[in-house]
Amino acid sequence: MRSIRAAATGAVMLSLALAASACGGGSSTGGGSNDSPKELTYWASNQGASIEIDKKVLQPELDKFEKQTGIKVKLEVVPWSDLLNRILTATTSGQGPDVLNIGNTWSASLQATGALLPWDAKTFDAIGGKDRFVDSALGSTGAEGQDPAAVPLYSMAYALYYNKQMFADAGIDGPPATWDELVAAGKKLTKDGKWGIGMEGSNPSENVHHAFVFAEQHGADFFTADGRADFANEGAVTAVKQYVDLMAKDKIIAPGNAEYAQNQSVSDFAKGRTGMLLWQSASANLTSQGMSEDAYGIAPVPVRSGSPGPGKQVNSMVAGINLAVFKNTDNLDGATEFVKFMTSDTEQKILNTAYGSIPPVKAAQQDTAFNSPANAVLKDTLATSAAALPQVPEESQFETAVGTAVKNLFADAAAGREVTTASVKAALTKAQQQMPTK
Amino acid sequence: MSPDTTMTATAPAAQAAPRKNTPGAAGGPRPRTGRIRRIGLPYLLLLPALLLELLVHLVPMVIGIVMSFKELTQFHIRDWGTAPWAGLDNYAVSVDFDAPVGRALLHSFGVTLAFTLLSVGLCWLIGTAAAVFMQDTFRGRGLLRALFLVPYALPVYAAVITWVFMFQHDNGLVNHVLHDQLGITDKPSFWLIGDNSFIALLTVSVWKGWPFAFLIVMAGLQNIPRELYEAAALDGAGMLQQVRRITLPSLRPVNQVLVLVLFLWTFNDFNTPYVLFGRTAPEAADLISVHIYQASFVTWNFGTGSAMSVLLLLFLLVVTGVYLALTSRGRRTAP
Repeated sequence: MRSIRAAATGAVMLSLALAASACGGGSSTGGGSNDSPKELTYWASNQGASIEIDKKVLQPELDKFEKQTGIKVKLEVVPWSDLLNRILTATTSGQGPDVLNIGNTWSASLQATGALLPWDAKTFDAIGGKDRFVDSALGSTGAEGQDPAAVPLYSMAYALYYNKQMFADAGIDGPPATWDELVAAGKKLTKDGKWGIGMEGSNPSENVHHAFVFAEQHGADFFTADGRADFANEGAVTAVKQYVDLMAKDKIIAPGNAEYAQNQSVSDFAKGRTGMLLWQSASANLTSQGMSEDAYGIAPVPVRSGSPGPGKQVNSMVAGINLAVFKNTDNLDGATEFVKFMTSDTEQKILNTAYGSIPPVKAAQQDTAFNSPANAVLKDTLATSAAALPQVPEESQFETAVGTAVKNLFADAAAGREVTTASVKAALTKAQQQMPTK
Repeated sequence: MSPDTTMTATAPAAQAAPRKNTPGAAGGPRPRTGRIRRIGLPYLLLLPALLLELLVHLVPMVIGIVMSFKELTQFHIRDWGTAPWAGLDNYAVSVDFDAPVGRALLHSFGVTLAFTLLSVGLCWLIGTAAAVFMQDTFRGRGLLRALFLVPYALPVYAAVITWVFMFQHDNGLVNHVLHDQLGITDKPSFWLIGDNSFIALLTVSVWKGWPFAFLIVMAGLQNIPRELYEAAALDGAGMLQQVRRITLPSLRPVNQVLVLVLFLWTFNDFNTPYVLFGRTAPEAADLISVHIYQASFVTWNFGTGSAMSVLLLLFLLVVTGVYLALTSRGRRTAP
């Protein structure tokens, strides 16, 4: 009896051990079909201040689509923290939505998995042709030389938001145009528990966006021309150090920002705790946090010297959301129809107005609704001085590896440890070693 | 594992064997059929459990093991069939401790081991101490017992999220107490990033785990006859001696299981670090479960991730096996 009990205990223990470390899934193949022509599932990304707001924005449009075509769209708004994992899971299992939003920087990575329907000339014709879209937005839809993996839906760009009252109180004339000016302004603003600028130190994506733009301004790239990771080159190291130094050396970022990852920096700015914020299309978000539009100004992100433009004068990534069709869809025609609807001039105006983004569709962009001063800055940036993040299959891994390296550097800075060229280089070298070797 | 489970389930069936033949079989079947039926019934009853066991545990495990021999990167995840066989490459990468991936895994393994030993030790110590102190009846004992079990009863996610708020640098309760009120630290500390994250993780893990130890030890204590203590007290044994000579030896079988269960749960814990730190844990708190998750999901390399999982599985199997062998031998020699 004793040995039986021991064996039973052992069996239970073993199954616990096995259960905890087992890992599995299923696979499936096959392309799209038209087996269920009256229904679509749509995964939307979280664009508004909350998922509820997104549902309120999108549902009326989906109803309109159903009225026009008789196709019912089942909507799910997926939070950003889950979206990429959900897409990956859908890819491995073959069980996914018909149509989905993706962060445009993931285009090349997801393209490589083959999970998304390629947009060749014929498919593009079905939605009115490729030339309806702005070039910069199309530049972030997949690897060069391949059919795009997705279609641009919303375009966004980084801008510098500044608190007019705080600037006036500190005797600063206008928004800084160079980083030196930004640091000087930041130092004037940093006093009495208030800080110059806010950022999200524990959000890898946010970190990567800034690291990328800073690197561009130093003439550096994170990938070589033939697509290999090159994270620790001199320009990249200088760029990342310059960014982290805003906290470490210039001390115009509150150390607490090192653990921000839930958009706390936006609410800090809305509540007047920080004087400046680098953010993409923040207007709608700031309004929902109770900051009136007169209270803040919006200016292009600073450059090292001169004014924004291409090359070393780049001051934003091409941010945005793309709309993709899952290759395993069982309503291929309906999905294409839905993409056509969502990228139509009318819907583009409605949706981009609601989200404070810029339409990537040329005709819609001409609308007067997108001529406000805030939108003018974003439009200008997108048209002249925004660059797409590397369109390589390893982009998503790059975001995590470098974003995490910067997060750890911010943790060092916040803890009062010195951030040196050597420590930045070491962190980036380590990030590069995590990348898949080809 | 299924033969073992069968064994336990056959035991009551065997005891029931002397009973009369099943009623309802008019005229009585031939003795042989009856025997087959008697022997067959337990297996039949076990079948659903066995099938579910296969489905829930064994099949995914086998798939996981197969995956570990494949080059399952982002280029192949959509159709696993096209993924080329990698042989032992994924394992070679995982255990090459001179290369970055292996070194990171080794580091994560070390952190996990230290974390597990500390957490299990503290959980056991606190749980046992509390159970021993709660053995005597006093006013409010029931209330305290219930209160002690709260951390164990709370949903993990909600509980850990609350800890995240408490550990926050700017507005967290922990810094408010340690820094603002007690003035122990010169400036507010970071708990969720940097080196302190290990302490934060350990705190939450112990907070969450000790009530289980408390519960199990408390149950074990009920089985120790009061007379033993009375006799010991008559012989002049103090509180400490009673604990050392009576309580602990009597609890030995309970503790053996308890420590093993705590070890496996803690070693494999994914929820606590994931909710506490998100997808990328700080190096000081880079537990192996999150590390493997990151190796698979964040870098999209499910082959290497699976290989690491299999290695973890082997390690835990060895630990469990050795532990069971050692403790059951000890039990046999014990009086």
